Amino acid sequence: MSERRARSLLSRELALRAAIDSVRKLDPRIQIRNPVMFVVEIGALITTVTWLIQVGGGSALGGSDPAWYTLTISIWLWLTVLFANAAEAFAEGRGRAQAQALRAMRKETLARLRDGSSVPASELQRGDVVIVEAGELIPGDGTVIEGIASVDESAITGESAPVIRESGGDRSAVTGGTKVISDRLVVEITQEPGRSFLDRMIALVEGAQRRKTPNEIALGILLAALTLIFVVVVATLRPFALFAGSSISDTSLISLLVALIPTTIGALLSAIGIAGMDRLVRRNVLALSGRAVEASGDVDVLLLDKTGTITVGNRLASELIPMPGVGETDLAEAAQLASLADETPEGRSIVVLAKRYGIREHEMSDLHAQFVPFSAQTRMSGVDVGGSQIRKGAGEAVIAFVEAEGGHPPPELHAQLERGAGEGGTPLAVARDSQVLGVIHLKDTIKEGMRQRFEHLRSMGIRTVMVTGDNALTAAKIAGESGVDDYLAEATPERKLALIREQQHAGYMVAMTGDGTNDAPALAQADVGVAMNTGTQAAREAGNMVDLDSNPTKLIEIVEVGKQLLITRGALTTFSIANDVAKYFAILPAIFVAAWATGPHQRSPLHALNIMGLGDPRSAVISAIVFNALIIPLLIPLALRGVRYRPVGAGALLRRNLLIYGLGGLIAPFAGIKLIDLLVHNVLGA
Amino acid sequence: MTLTGWLTILIFAAVLTGTAAPLGRYMARLYSGERVLLTPILGRPEALLYRAIGVDPKRGQDWKAYARSLLLFSLLGWLLLYLILRTQTLWDFTGLNPMGFHSAPWDVTFNTTSSFLTNTNWQYYSGETTMSYFSQMAGLAVQNWLSAAVGIAVAVALVRGIVGRTGKSIGNFWSDLVRTILYVMLPLAVVFALVLASQGVIESFSSYLHVRTLTGLSQTIAMGPVASQEVVKMLGTNGGGFFNVNSAHPFENPNAFTNLVEMWLVLIIPAALIFMYGRMCGNRRQGYAIFGVVMTLFLAGAAVAYIAEAEGSPAQHAAGLRTAARAGSSGGNLEGKEQRFGIAESALFDVVTTVTSCGAVNSSLESYTGIGGAVPFANLSASETIFGGVGTGLYSLLLYVLLAVFIGGLMVGRTPEWLGKKLEAREIKLAGLGVLITPLAALLCSAAATASAAGRTSISKAAVGTPQAFSETFYAYLSQANNNGSAFAGYSGFAQPLAGNLHSHGIVMADILGGFDMLLARYLPILLVLAVAGSLAGKRVAPSGLGTMRTDNPTFALLLTAVIVIVGALTFFPALLLGPIVQGLTGHLY
Repeated sequence: MSERRARSLLSRELALRAAIDSVRKLDPRIQIRNPVMFVVEIGALITTVTWLIQVGGGSALGGSDPAWYTLTISIWLWLTVLFANAAEAFAEGRGRAQAQALRAMRKETLARLRDGSSVPASELQRGDVVIVEAGELIPGDGTVIEGIASVDESAITGESAPVIRESGGDRSAVTGGTKVISDRLVVEITQEPGRSFLDRMIALVEGAQRRKTPNEIALGILLAALTLIFVVVVATLRPFALFAGSSISDTSLISLLVALIPTTIGALLSAIGIAGMDRLVRRNVLALSGRAVEASGDVDVLLLDKTGTITVGNRLASELIPMPGVGETDLAEAAQLASLADETPEGRSIVVLAKRYGIREHEMSDLHAQFVPFSAQTRMSGVDVGGSQIRKGAGEAVIAFVEAEGGHPPPELHAQLERGAGEGGTPLAVARDSQVLGVIHLKDTIKEGMRQRFEHLRSMGIRTVMVTGDNALTAAKIAGESGVDDYLAEATPERKLALIREQQHAGYMVAMTGDGTNDAPALAQADVGVAMNTGTQAAREAGNMVDLDSNPTKLIEIVEVGKQLLITRGALTTFSIANDVAKYFAILPAIFVAAWATGPHQRSPLHALNIMGLGDPRSAVISAIVFNALIIPLLIPLALRGVRYRPVGAGALLRRNLLIYGLGGLIAPFAGIKLIDLLVHNVLGA
Repeated sequence: MTLTGWLTILIFAAVLTGTAAPLGRYMARLYSGERVLLTPILGRPEALLYRAIGVDPKRGQDWKAYARSLLLFSLLGWLLLYLILRTQTLWDFTGLNPMGFHSAPWDVTFNTTSSFLTNTNWQYYSGETTMSYFSQMAGLAVQNWLSAAVGIAVAVALVRGIVGRTGKSIGNFWSDLVRTILYVMLPLAVVFALVLASQGVIESFSSYLHVRTLTGLSQTIAMGPVASQEVVKMLGTNGGGFFNVNSAHPFENPNAFTNLVEMWLVLIIPAALIFMYGRMCGNRRQGYAIFGVVMTLFLAGAAVAYIAEAEGSPAQHAAGLRTAARAGSSGGNLEGKEQRFGIAESALFDVVTTVTSCGAVNSSLESYTGIGGAVPFANLSASETIFGGVGTGLYSLLLYVLLAVFIGGLMVGRTPEWLGKKLEAREIKLAGLGVLITPLAALLCSAAATASAAGRTSISKAAVGTPQAFSETFYAYLSQANNNGSAFAGYSGFAQPLAGNLHSHGIVMADILGGFDMLLARYLPILLVLAVAGSLAGKRVAPSGLGTMRTDNPTFALLLTAVIVIVGALTFFPALLLGPIVQGLTGHLY
């Protein structure tokens, strides 16, 4: 999503919707999914009933509270639940606003089938073949089977420049809802009705399909266990206190319970999860499950394709080395001739290099040359011109060609070929008939800033492995220059898959990016497989995330979002539990005011524990509950934004978070409760 | 406080650490099935035992099979012990009932049987007026051995689950049981029974002696085969005294030296097990980190108890009893303490036996100052995580480690991993419940006992209406839930007008409630621990990297300490306020 759209999400409309939703979520059938907040809701209900009884002239159980006290507690307990609901509603609302924007562009289009008939786009079946002309919306996800066209995908990617989609190859996938700008495409639909990319994206950001992720479930269990123990602690406190001669009202007991159970994290837990997904969508990454987002935080090994990811697209010619007895210009001219018809970036770079040796440009048509294209069998290309055959290609292929022509490759050739490979380049040999003229060095250019990115990954504890079809020497050279930790040379789809399995077997979590159809098995095998949006439909189906920007280094951000998700949960849990200490010191002296009371004032010796010097027992309890409630909305921004992840290593990260959320959580409520008490006790006179 | 007092505490800690490390190494080899020092001597008897009970020690059990064996073994042990205790006079022919004692009532026996089966050794009865020598030797002492071995077996099984690389097996219960008794407990017990006997601990089958004292009164002196039982009472963290006054009795614990030996015996296996854990998981530092946490908490408790007792209580100060301890004068609160041990060795003994599940006492806990008395409460609130009982300590502690790893692991941004194994919903559920049960049992039983008239009849007359009444009730159920067995004496479950159990009756509520308190708080956590072991055993191990949280460094040690202290404090703080803390805050003498 664009920044502009993201900002507009914080509208008043959103806030209003969130407010309505937080009330709607009071429904106990919804609340019960969150045991912590469900307990608070029950407490709120009991105190409300108690208040009604008091107003009606009855007396509250276990104490002589004034009605205003019961009402105040009751109101703040309801607010606690509402704040929790609001956190979730707000997170959902942001997603929903995004979904709205997506849905707006899913106009009902008519799809033109190949046989000339038309059906509504929503009724397209898998396997239908449709024709899309320039200016029309593509009616559904599919694969281009015929034609080439430029397509405006800004609706889903936010990227305004149109992209090329063509049949065959790795750029054949098209997405429903995008617009053909020029030319005409024939598309085979690959989706079931209602299961299109756009549908899934909408469902995902809306949170409609949100299921709790494994780690969220585990933490939920821990919070439920803590809640259970506090229910028992508080429930047994009544007989204990009675035994000590101090009776505690239901309202005060419920207040203690709510203060103790981990409401802060309980209230924000689902918002954290939703916001995590939302953050990914904002980075133009579409995760097909929350589980995958969580797993991305655990990634140990990252497989990166060399070409296009680590190096700038293609290799470029950098040097010409003639064999003994061959002039430089002779070699340069032959190299240029052999590459004139070669429209690949490599070929063009050779022509450019030749110019530097003073070779003027030839026009193909002037030469009456016969162009020999590259084939997988010969592994060479070239021209037949003026009776001689000029060839350029891989060393072995050219040697074989020269020997077949009756020539003998000079011994220097091998030395030069090996040197070239050793330096990370790809040497090509150039021959004219039976004579080897020399070697062209093609070199990879490593993208700027890659070394820093890999260092960043290393400090996150992630090992990068470069995957390339190059031979081991070339791979080693580039690996060394770019700073990756390891490489896989002469990679084939099978070897890639085997590497992933091997790493997984050793216990590592593997992430990879890919776009081609032959990447699909590896994408499916990887724990986190990020498919490029420009990739084939097969690749997009196989991965568990799709990067709409098709940026292979996006994985760094994905990993960070995954880590943030867990850190935020852990930090708020720690904060929540650490808060309890201060709440004990606020509430316990207040409710044990008559326990084992002695002396002329019948004061409990436990008044000594009122170390915060809170005004009076009721004000103390109210202050603790108010603090407990207010901390939730105060932390909503943190829950939505996520605790910042720093790649400083686990030890430093743990120390930092323990200090901020553990020690901070211990101290903050002492100050907060005291401040609220000053207000409640002195200003309001409670 | 005296320098000697502090030195005693520190030297004791140093000796313990120095001896526990090699024993830990020995045990790690033993439970990994390797040859150990004693294999040449004990290998044959071990093999014979396996043949006798018909088990193949090499056949691994999954957690369910392990648990089934353990429960079956415990059930049979329970029935046998109950039978022996209820038929005490039937065994007179052995000549081991010289005083002709009858059996205690059924409800007291239910409590006692459950107590010894669970390694609690909570005693509503007095040994010297209730039990024949036969019951002590063939009944109670047998369970002193077996219950200790069962606890160690469970701990070893859990460690195997944590470090296990293959499959479901967490070891073989029978083999763990036999090896523990033969290779670990037996050699230590033989040596130290002799050491104790050499210092004056008696070992006699004679009937009780009747003597005329210097002041001309007649006195009955109880006798018995004490030394053999004393050693395993300490070594197995059982704590059930041969005599009512337990290790305060000169026949059980004659002098300051035996006092030190007995404290060492209590802690040596729990401490060694922590080192064993470090060895077995292939990273000794894991053991050192946890040992550091435990030792720190232990020393903190010992320091608080020592200072509190040496200073005396506000009540004593208010009464003009402000005595300071100086060289030559022990000073402080000596009520209920033995002069031959003094304050430091009494306070240390108190901490040693309440951090573990031992529960032996050499001084009277109810006579401690409020704060000094709060220390055993706090130790019990930690649910056996500070050394804890033999085996029970390590597995309780490891459950807390698991929870600390989970919370800490989240904060470094990875699915929490413990020694490479991912912690997921199932482990958190099991460990969470495992940690809950002991506190829940303690709180619920105490609530039932304080809220009901039947429960309140057990409170000693002198304490009624004072915080002491609450302290002794709460302590009784807290101690039984922790399988500890020490008591703030006064809370009774047995009315015995005459020695020998004629015309005696039990207090049903206290006996039954306590019995179930002990059984539930022992066997439910064991089942959950074994389930955790089973769940971890089959997990894939992820190699650790820069992004993995380490569990063997000071940061983690700090986190673990915080988790233990905060969980214990949050759970028990309200209840502790009403008992020992109130007592510590007032100038009243209760």
